[in-house]
Amino acid sequence: MYIFNLTNTPLSLSNGVEVGVHYYWDIGGISVHGQVFMVMWFVIFLLLGASLLGTSKLQRIPEGWQNFMESVLEFTQEIARNQLGESFYRPWVPFISTLFLFIFGCNWAGALIPWKLIELPEGELAAPTNDINTTIALALLVSIFYFFGGLRKKGLGYFKRYIQPTPILLPINILEDFTKPLSLSFRLFGNILADELTVSVLTILVPLFIPLPIMGLGIFASSVQALIFSTLAAAYIAEAVE
Amino acid sequence: MDSLVSAASVIAAGLSIGLSAIGPGIGQGQAAGAAVEGIARQPEAENQIRGTLLLSLAFMEALTIYGLVVALSLLFANPFTS
Repeated sequence: MYIFNLTNTPLSLSNGVEVGVHYYWDIGGISVHGQVFMVMWFVIFLLLGASLLGTSKLQRIPEGWQNFMESVLEFTQEIARNQLGESFYRPWVPFISTLFLFIFGCNWAGALIPWKLIELPEGELAAPTNDINTTIALALLVSIFYFFGGLRKKGLGYFKRYIQPTPILLPINILEDFTKPLSLSFRLFGNILADELTVSVLTILVPLFIPLPIMGLGIFASSVQALIFSTLAAAYIAEAVE
Repeated sequence: MDSLVSAASVIAAGLSIGLSAIGPGIGQGQAAGAAVEGIARQPEAENQIRGTLLLSLAFMEALTIYGLVVALSLLFANPFTS
């Protein structure tokens, strides 16, 4: 069941570039994109393993892996703190950090790991964020969380912000609730898919060396996209709880 | 696929990505220029300026990406062809 299945009709350009070819799994009458789930679970286990490894032997003076994980946490805390402010940010750190690490892990897993070596019956393994269902799910999570945050903080008074500064802006304020998840999901999806398409088209044209700078740019851009997504999520939550 | 519809879709896809690249291109150039100016005036603020610049560049790039999404949906998931 898809909310919006953008890449429904399979199409392959020349030889090898395939868009919309999926490895379908039938689970309880719902067909899901299996290749997305596989890479996603891989990323989840990677993140779980990293955090378990980082917290298994806690020391007062951090060392090795714990040191690294602490600096990662500080970085993601900084994202939340910059948007939400010193006094509000603490309860939102887990959500923002998870979003950042998951998207970052997904983007880099798609870019860095040679998934082509694993043959699937249909479709191919790639970054889970190049499927619009993943990014829409993440963006809707952000929507749910900022509604939840605003309602918990202010109760029904939260809806007062729809008629501020003037009631004339009511339709625009309502529209904003829809455009926020739309732009969040399209931004991430478009960037990752565009990056992978560029790399694969270039690889067909020139197989050696020439695609390397584009790949480097893609790795940089995908980490920036993870940062953008989590920063925007924090900004939306800040707007709601302010 | 109807040949007229497919020709129109391909042209529209090319136009949508091309036109949507104009505005953000100008905007990104201005933003980058202003950032360089800011760094030249205050080299000690370079890190902060770079972070803000990257963030705002990504926002502008999102506009082109919307055009790209339209182009992709015209090419790969065209609603006018059954």
